[in-house]
Amino acid sequence: MNPEIGHYALVLALAVAILQTVLPIWGARANDAALMRVGPSLALAFCGFVALSFAVLVSAYVRSDFSVLNVVENSHSLKPLLYRITGTWGNHEGSMLLWALVLAIFGATVALFGGNLPARLKANVLGVQGSIGVAFIAFLLLTSNPFARVIPAPAEGNDLNPVLQDIGLAIHPPLLYLGYVGFSVTFAFAVAALIDGRIDAAWARWVRPWALGAWAFLTLGIAMGSYWAYYELGWGGWWFWDPVENASLMPWLAGTALIHSAVVMEKRDALKVWTVLLAILAFSLSLLGTFLVRSGVLTSVHAFATDPTRGVFILAILVIFIGGSLTLFAARASSLRQGGIFAPISREGALVLNNLLLTAAAAAVFVGTLYPLALEATTGAKITVGPPYFNLTIGALMLPVVFAMPFGPLLAWKRGDLAGAAQRLMLAFLLGLVAAGVAAYAQGGGPALAPIGIGLAAFVFLGAVVDIAERSGIGRLPAATAFARFKGLPRAAMGAALAHAGVGVCLFGIVAETSWNHETILGAKVGDSFPVGRYELTLARVEPRTGPNYRELVGVFDIRQGGASVGSVESSKRLFTARNMPTTEAGIRTFGFSQLYVSLGDELPGGGLAIRAYWKPLVTLIWIGALIMALGGTLSLSDRRLRVGAPKPARKVAPVPKPVAAE
Amino acid sequence: MTRKGRRLVLISAALGVLTIAAGLVLFALNDTIVFFRSPSEIAQEHTAPGTRLRIGGLVKDGSVVKSDNVHVRFAITDGGADVEVAYVGILPDLFREGQGVIAEGKLTGPMSFTADSILAKHDEKYMPREVVDALKKQGVWQEGANGAPVKASQGNTVQ
Repeated sequence: MNPEIGHYALVLALAVAILQTVLPIWGARANDAALMRVGPSLALAFCGFVALSFAVLVSAYVRSDFSVLNVVENSHSLKPLLYRITGTWGNHEGSMLLWALVLAIFGATVALFGGNLPARLKANVLGVQGSIGVAFIAFLLLTSNPFARVIPAPAEGNDLNPVLQDIGLAIHPPLLYLGYVGFSVTFAFAVAALIDGRIDAAWARWVRPWALGAWAFLTLGIAMGSYWAYYELGWGGWWFWDPVENASLMPWLAGTALIHSAVVMEKRDALKVWTVLLAILAFSLSLLGTFLVRSGVLTSVHAFATDPTRGVFILAILVIFIGGSLTLFAARASSLRQGGIFAPISREGALVLNNLLLTAAAAAVFVGTLYPLALEATTGAKITVGPPYFNLTIGALMLPVVFAMPFGPLLAWKRGDLAGAAQRLMLAFLLGLVAAGVAAYAQGGGPALAPIGIGLAAFVFLGAVVDIAERSGIGRLPAATAFARFKGLPRAAMGAALAHAGVGVCLFGIVAETSWNHETILGAKVGDSFPVGRYELTLARVEPRTGPNYRELVGVFDIRQGGASVGSVESSKRLFTARNMPTTEAGIRTFGFSQLYVSLGDELPGGGLAIRAYWKPLVTLIWIGALIMALGGTLSLSDRRLRVGAPKPARKVAPVPKPVAAE
Repeated sequence: MTRKGRRLVLISAALGVLTIAAGLVLFALNDTIVFFRSPSEIAQEHTAPGTRLRIGGLVKDGSVVKSDNVHVRFAITDGGADVEVAYVGILPDLFREGQGVIAEGKLTGPMSFTADSILAKHDEKYMPREVVDALKKQGVWQEGANGAPVKASQGNTVQ
């Protein structure tokens, strides 16, 4: 397909987005049903044009159309087909187009499945979505056109950054964007509610599935990014407190707070204003994250091909959306009817504590990420805020969250019984102590924090089990009755327990990996052996190989345990010829939940190879835990009341929509 | 508990968490931040040995000495001064002589440094911003040279 078609489709998408911003909101204000009804059609048209544009760009990559500058800079005709496709979003322009596509898909989803939304709310939501579309498509067209041509067209491209030539690029950015952009829907709902000045429990019921979906995707996206960095960068680390990771962690923390406060709002009609604020914050942090990464103000892995001229445009978008929504919030929040008040010891109280600590954690990440920028702008001093800062602040703030987690679901709404909850958690607590004791015994004189962490992880995991057991009456009721009750439990309760159990699993992996990993760095020649954890590795042979667009030097290691061979692992150093750029391909062998990790360094003067090998106990639990969390979110999403939808507010006495006074 | 009392508990809990978080952040910021210095700044400022720093510049041509085990020595230069760096470990893939690098670690003497981590570029076009600024100050920065972040120019772009 001709690249100009893609460009033209983008221009049409911009025009449609402008209409989608203006018409439905105007219709809602003028109470014009016909104008409000054009919202869904425009959202679908917008999605169609952006999808067409995206398809054209993908096709240019697949065909290796080197008359398109973006393809020249990021592709190569010898690159395997999968990486030609994923390379579409492995660069600034393409990744912004993917962002816009995800936004358009979400808008279309609201249009298609929002049938039971009140007309005014739906019109306002689609209008706000449209305005985000305007900003992003304008940004693409004015500063980052992916369809710019090159004359004359070069015969060959520059190839994609080899670090990105990996299946991870096919999975990580789309998942992350589904999470980031998913919060645009909750943001649109929040702004729509503020425009309308009306908010009720039904509003929370519509918002919660979107927040849950976005949260589940963001969880998966972050976990996938973490695993990708772990195996691709060859440093054996899974979280670096890199500004870009922080950029995704901030909306995740705010989103986690949001899915919890939305429950309070839906069930108890309380925390309304707070929920609206969180919905705004979650998306604001997503926007900030996207742009911190894209604008290149932060130095990081993701800052490929940065261009400071885009900075002003980006800043304008941030100011308009974040500043605008917060101003609207300040002006209108007081007009929202306040909800009920509740006892401090209650389910609501526990969720408030969760919200306070999660938002404080998000704020701590925010400060740590932006403080260097602020300091450099004001004093010129260049500093780095590194892992020690984040480990200390996030550790201290998340510890009470994790400890309180099993208590929350066991407290009743309105007025809870803390002593009763503690009593029911006694078994989980004792087993947690046992786990801590076993860990302390097993590690001998290791770090003192490790057994505490293991005990806490076990407590959280078992606390989730206790929650489900209590709800279904396992142990109290006859087995058949308990099983029937277990099957009849609402999926939202099951999902919450599953997600909480996932936190325990993840914590288990984090504590085990950070406390008990073994690292060996040495120079070795063929035939040399060295111990890593409880295994012994032997560099069996070193052989050169050739791939489609790279040459590599492969080190093959035999793994032995107690003298018996348990397999082998290959690690390689690749040289991508188009960019003359080397990468390290780590060799990973999984044993149970633990991994043996080997990466190659340079050739040494004496003829050996520099080798870095790790034994990482239970490391996979970190990502398995995150998967369980996302699964819990998905299960909760399939809850009957969310599938069936909220009761129509028409059943209540519908207030006559009065035109809002012009501001 | 009265309505007022409940609200009071809520507000004091919020303030309490906020205070603790703010205290933590300030304490941690005070204690854990690492300053960035260029070799020339270190030469002028006589920073005390043992100070944790990040040093950035170019890997001096001909300065890299690798030993049979994984000990490496090299010099970081910004054109005005050189700092000798010792490092044990695997160097990043894109660590090369004449290329930008950032080393984090401790000063061991006036112009010597022990690094515990070495950061190089992730992309051959990309140079750490701090390094660019340090080089500009010493006047050795040339746009387009040394893998500077110039836009690829394969001809004219048509919008």
